Amino acid sequence: MSAVALSLKDIHKSFGNTPIIRGVSLDVPVGERHAIIGPNGAGKSTLFHLISGRFPVSAGRILLRGEDITGLPPYQINRRGLSRSFQVTNIFPRLSVFENLRCGVLWSLGYRYSFWRFVEGLRDARERTEEVMVQIGMTARRAIPAGVLTYAEQRALEIGITIAGGADVIMLDEPTAGMSRSETENAVELIRKVSQGRTLIMVEHDMSVVFGLADTISVLVYGQIIATGAPAAIRQNREVREAYLGQAEEH
Amino acid sequence: MRSSLGRYALWIGLAVLFAALPHIFTSGTSLTKMSLMGIMIVFALSYNMLLGQTGMLSFGHAVYYGLAGFMVVHFINRASGGAWPVWLPFVPLIGGLTGLTFGIIFGWVSTKRAGTAFAMISLGLGELVAACSLILRGFFGGEEGITTNRTRLLRLFGYNFGPQIQVYYLIAAWCLICIAAMYAITRTPLGRMSNAVRENPERAQFVGYSTQMVRFLSFCLSGFFAGIAGALAAINFEIMNFLSVGAIQSGTVLLMTYIGGVGHFFGPILGAVLITWLQSSLSDLTGAWMLYFGLLFIFVIMFSPGGIAGWIMLHEPLARAGLLMRLLPAYLLIAVPVLIALAGIVGLIEFGHHYLVKGATDGTVVRVLGVALDTAGPLPWLISVGLLAAGLVLGRRLWPVVTDAWNAASAELKRRISA
Repeated sequence: MSAVALSLKDIHKSFGNTPIIRGVSLDVPVGERHAIIGPNGAGKSTLFHLISGRFPVSAGRILLRGEDITGLPPYQINRRGLSRSFQVTNIFPRLSVFENLRCGVLWSLGYRYSFWRFVEGLRDARERTEEVMVQIGMTARRAIPAGVLTYAEQRALEIGITIAGGADVIMLDEPTAGMSRSETENAVELIRKVSQGRTLIMVEHDMSVVFGLADTISVLVYGQIIATGAPAAIRQNREVREAYLGQAEEH
Repeated sequence: MRSSLGRYALWIGLAVLFAALPHIFTSGTSLTKMSLMGIMIVFALSYNMLLGQTGMLSFGHAVYYGLAGFMVVHFINRASGGAWPVWLPFVPLIGGLTGLTFGIIFGWVSTKRAGTAFAMISLGLGELVAACSLILRGFFGGEEGITTNRTRLLRLFGYNFGPQIQVYYLIAAWCLICIAAMYAITRTPLGRMSNAVRENPERAQFVGYSTQMVRFLSFCLSGFFAGIAGALAAINFEIMNFLSVGAIQSGTVLLMTYIGGVGHFFGPILGAVLITWLQSSLSDLTGAWMLYFGLLFIFVIMFSPGGIAGWIMLHEPLARAGLLMRLLPAYLLIAVPVLIALAGIVGLIEFGHHYLVKGATDGTVVRVLGVALDTAGPLPWLISVGLLAAGLVLGRRLWPVVTDAWNAASAELKRRISA
């Protein structure tokens, strides 16, 4: 468990003159479920975008299993085994559930850009897609266009696409946002299931989800991590309570 | 098992149809039209690899069609008289490779961007090549273009491809091969990821795919098939000129594809057939045919954005359930006001065209169904406006009949599915 899956070295990001991320350093060990919490506007989603290559960093380095991935385009980072979901549902709306998941599978099985073999004939791709579809519990919805699924189903599909390629570092951006109580419980079960044997990094607002799932919690406030530790320790941390949890409990 | 058999049946049926068509429509003009349709089917399908499959709007697709056509003309001229051992049926491959080569060169530049920027670059490249076509007279032959003689290559099984019927079968064979190949490509990993890039380019990047690479490869393949279409055109017409690389040709393929329907594979086939037929038939009937063409385009965009194919596929679930006949009475009913309004529109266009274009030289009187009407007077205009207004008012009145029939059939379909 001592190997480091993801390592951030003094990451900075500014948009124009506005600093959003102001020096974040973090090591996430292999196999850990790591949650990043913090008030709105703290830069949690921006941090995700930086790690996954959607935005370039202004300064600092990002290492995936010791390999420098700073400045790589998103698809290169994905091919190296880091896969992410989005806060706002980000799926292929007019493709079926099955096809959505298969899109997540193809590259990882080495089919790349091939146009000389039929996709229906790829047995391993079909089997892997079926497997993920079972995991996210959507076999009955396989032929439905993703755009007409319910919100909770779309969120589950989003997670399915994220894990389909078999990446060993999974990043989920507010996977339960906007869900009802029972939907959230299902989602937590799903996340627990799919993150088995992988490294999970998630941004989450729902404290019951965070304290239920995470091995380690980092608190991001105004572009800096003010504390990292086990859930119990974070709960006791005075600085964190003042900056964040205190406000949250007032709601 | 049954579905795979059904799939083969479709292709065999198509081959039989292509083989039988010249025996059904035997006249020389039909043969010419059908040859052109075959060429345009390949061209429009190649365009839809970009627009419909990958979501790339190109305003310069004729570049690959035209350049391939010119290359083929030069190729045939060089190879003539047994200089090179080639047979005409294989010459379209030269066109395909030309289209592919220029697809690689121009695609490398233009697919670095998507959306509006891509569309603008394609327009710029189109203009660039069109300008070159008038400047580089050695290759493009200036305004007259360059001619060739397709019969001067080696004979294959005694065929010299002089008669149009032989050229028709050459085109039909290539058309069938290209339809099958382009359909097959939609069912490969690249084809499916093209759809993914069309749907959501951002997400495609986060499942390991470079959207730029997907666009580039689609563009190259599209150029290849456009090149084959261009080669077939060169063989068919035995002449290429600057128009074939220009904006009008690029616009035509866009209209064909869009009117046929970008959302379904077979849409551009319908569009190519319909527009080619309209172009040749309407241009015989009326000088204002371009206007009809434009009106049709606007109508499709406004009322059936999925094109003809989209409209047809809307009926697919009902047809499967055998409920289509229930719509027939309503459709027949609504056809009456549609035809009346159409007559009004045709009247306005034709009287206008006659008055403005022919009026000065041929006089303003026009004979309709044996009746002389003076387009300088108010009568023809009143009749036309009256027909249009009557059609619109009646159509509006009768429209609920169509929606009721549609809703009833849909409700019945839902009831059967849930039962």
